[in-house]
Amino acid sequence: MALDSKIPHGPIKDKWTDYKNHINLVNPANKRHIDIIVVGTGLAGGSAAATLAELGYNVKAFAYQDSPRRAHSIAAQGGINAAKNYQGDGDSTYRLFYDTVKGGDYRSREANVYRLAEVSANIIDQCVAQGVPFARDYGGLLDNRSFGGVLVSRTFYAKGQTGQQLLLGAYSAMNRQIARGKIEMFNRHEMLDVVKVDGKARGIIARNLITGEIERHSAHAVVIASGGYGNVYFLSTNAMGSNATAAWKIHKKGAYFANPCYTQIHPTCIPRSGDYQSKLTLMSESLRNDGRIWVPKNIEDAKAIQKREIKPTDIAEENRDYFLERRYPAFGNLVPRDVASRAAKERCDAGFGVNATGEAVFLDFATAITRYGKTQAKIHNIENASDAKIYELGQAIVEEKYGNLFQMYEKIVDENPYETPMMIYPATHYTMGGIWVDYNLMTSVDGLYCIGEANFSEHGANRLGASALMQGLADGYFVLPYTIGDYLSNEIRTGKIPTNTPEFDEAEKEVTDRINFFINNNGEYSVDYYHKKLGNIMWEKCGMSRNEQGLKEAMVEIKALREDFWKNVKVPGSANEMNPELEKAGRVADFLELGELFAKDALDRNESCGGHFREESVELEGEQKGEAKRNDTDYAYVAAWEYTGEPADAVLHKEILEFKDIELKQRSYK
Amino acid sequence: MNLTLKIWRQKDSKSKGQMVDYKVTDISEHMSFLEMMDVLNEQLVNTGEEPVAFDHDCREGICGMCSMYINGEAHGPDRGVTTCQLHMRMFKDGDTITIEPFRAAAFPVIKDLVVDRTSFERIQQAGGYISVNTSGNTQDANSIPISKHAADEAMDAATCIGCGACVATCKNSSAMLFVGAKVSQYALLPQGQIEAADRVRNMVAQMDLEGFGNCTNTGACEIECPKGISLENIARMNRELMKANL
Repeated sequence: MALDSKIPHGPIKDKWTDYKNHINLVNPANKRHIDIIVVGTGLAGGSAAATLAELGYNVKAFAYQDSPRRAHSIAAQGGINAAKNYQGDGDSTYRLFYDTVKGGDYRSREANVYRLAEVSANIIDQCVAQGVPFARDYGGLLDNRSFGGVLVSRTFYAKGQTGQQLLLGAYSAMNRQIARGKIEMFNRHEMLDVVKVDGKARGIIARNLITGEIERHSAHAVVIASGGYGNVYFLSTNAMGSNATAAWKIHKKGAYFANPCYTQIHPTCIPRSGDYQSKLTLMSESLRNDGRIWVPKNIEDAKAIQKREIKPTDIAEENRDYFLERRYPAFGNLVPRDVASRAAKERCDAGFGVNATGEAVFLDFATAITRYGKTQAKIHNIENASDAKIYELGQAIVEEKYGNLFQMYEKIVDENPYETPMMIYPATHYTMGGIWVDYNLMTSVDGLYCIGEANFSEHGANRLGASALMQGLADGYFVLPYTIGDYLSNEIRTGKIPTNTPEFDEAEKEVTDRINFFINNNGEYSVDYYHKKLGNIMWEKCGMSRNEQGLKEAMVEIKALREDFWKNVKVPGSANEMNPELEKAGRVADFLELGELFAKDALDRNESCGGHFREESVELEGEQKGEAKRNDTDYAYVAAWEYTGEPADAVLHKEILEFKDIELKQRSYK
Repeated sequence: MNLTLKIWRQKDSKSKGQMVDYKVTDISEHMSFLEMMDVLNEQLVNTGEEPVAFDHDCREGICGMCSMYINGEAHGPDRGVTTCQLHMRMFKDGDTITIEPFRAAAFPVIKDLVVDRTSFERIQQAGGYISVNTSGNTQDANSIPISKHAADEAMDAATCIGCGACVATCKNSSAMLFVGAKVSQYALLPQGQIEAADRVRNMVAQMDLEGFGNCTNTGACEIECPKGISLENIARMNRELMKANL
């Protein structure tokens, strides 16, 4: 099947308005005869479910948690972007569009990104109306801060818990519709397959995670909002339950999977401390507004720090290497995530890491605390303030801005970051790849939609900070509710979709056979045993730095691991009860397939792009010497993979990316 | 560290449960409590036993899922943290640790340490929202200034993660800190004023219907709350309720 992105014609600034003016609508009285399934109720799924219900459709929403409020969107810390230009610092829809396309290393679709920038301002209005307590300044107006990769302050925030507050906003909108009976909520349910009838998505098979019961649910359209697949690395900043199952299952039923090799490596995570580690914890990127990143200039100092013989504060200013400020004077500590991550890894690989494993750099707040302290002393008319007083005043400001993050760091690392610099290291975070969708957010299967992190469309090869929340809510509140209506306008005569059909029988049988296999296999090794092995291959060979040989090896190793998994995995307990090991087994089985496609996609893309440094593709000359080298001549496309049976045999479809409104050029943050 | 764990095992909501002893060895003080539980579960899977079911997800202290009652305290001995943020450095080699599910009539046990907290959902559905259409055609966000103080206070209340520690630790199994937090968030913001009376009446009525007890001002909830939600929110909820009923 050929890829048709269905991008509307006309000037980019008018596309979305014109599109909305010309789509087919569903009569309000007919909406109540139409059912929509939404899988996943984080920011994207939650906002979509609430809005579709409000429009009058019957929504069935599914979450693996006991409540939509626990979706991993809740953990997003820093903020949400919107081109409001409240600060008067030159922001505009175009500039947000430009920054996002550039930040994504020119691998996203222009029309989608422009639409995102366009609706971004509405999101803030909407959330404020819902009672989201964004930070305010003393005049009572909304406050903003700045994030990596941009030169304006367009990020709205609610302390370091912006994701939580936005999610609770969407959750409250859902609750209102649940109370009215317009959303039927299925908590502790997991979608295990999609059901297609005559080529259209018409329902899902779900497992009740409390009773183990397999259920059939039908609808006129299915929306997947199941988040990202970063847990393919085992260690990531994702929640433990974040999985690829819904997305992977629809891929196997015909939805193309786009750019699987694009995962974001986030520069500011708490470093790994031991083999027992179950996940990594992110420190918001907003910390880079005030924190300065450095390692010792001299290798002897680095060694002494690693052995804890000296303290970071013992190292004099002139012996510190503020490597981001040195290499990228224009953006300094606020370079985009991929650039910051690679630069940190480069220093650590050269031996300058600052913790016992040598895999950490410092994020230091001393300068900011002193700067804020001096301002505060002036404001409060304290003359000749002592250094200690200045520090105390400054610390209070930093605490107000980032207090919960500092507390979180202290709990995990057992060090006080007000007294000693934080240690950070890059970690797998958000996945930019995902299910391929057209401008309507429809996948390559009719009636099957995919929104939020689960799709591929807006972030290109790299996501700028504070843009994930923006995309999730834009898709759910403002984009999907229009585009899905255009499709559903043809469904008003369809009537209720029955579930006692051969298509449902077949999908249910596949699901139960697989569950029964796991329960009866009585193998030798636990699910985690396989997951950790997979994660290791992924990080070593498909991580921040990749080469052809490593990727080829990874494909062979993952396939072998998968074969071993299907022979030797052990799942205790039974199928007809709550069984977390069984849930994990199904998810890891999917990761073991996705991982191989990931490596295959990375192998195909012989260019350095976003967070991924392809060792064969590096700038050799000029100002950008040593930086990642993108190749627009050969790789300015979206790689959309079609499933044909084995991940290694997936067929590549290319959506050539056209840049009409932004000139493709070397990304420079110097 | 080597530890003895006394853990509540219960097959499902209908079965009778019991405490079972387990030993874990080589526990690092840098592990989180849940990572220690992972070690135990790996051990159980390897010996063919059923691992202990417990709720957890983000492991960053924000999803509110990890609902363990450890040595008689919700989320264990450390202050202001969830179980995932509790680290083994809080314990000593040779310790015996008792681990139970959150106990409250309105939180029935589903399995082992997993409890059903959907009563919280129903309370939120009874009025924990502002009735605004999600069309995006709302007025400009800066058109109603909100004082920094009010916004900050609303934010403090909104920080509640819905974990249920307040209920689990209360001798009356009261949910008033949880409900008070939501009522307060909206009571402090101009957007929440229009429906304030209905909201507090409906949420409080649902809370009673679910079987949560009343507040007797012991204050254990505030102490055990991982997010430091203050008792002031209960007072505000009571004031709002009184105002609504006048």
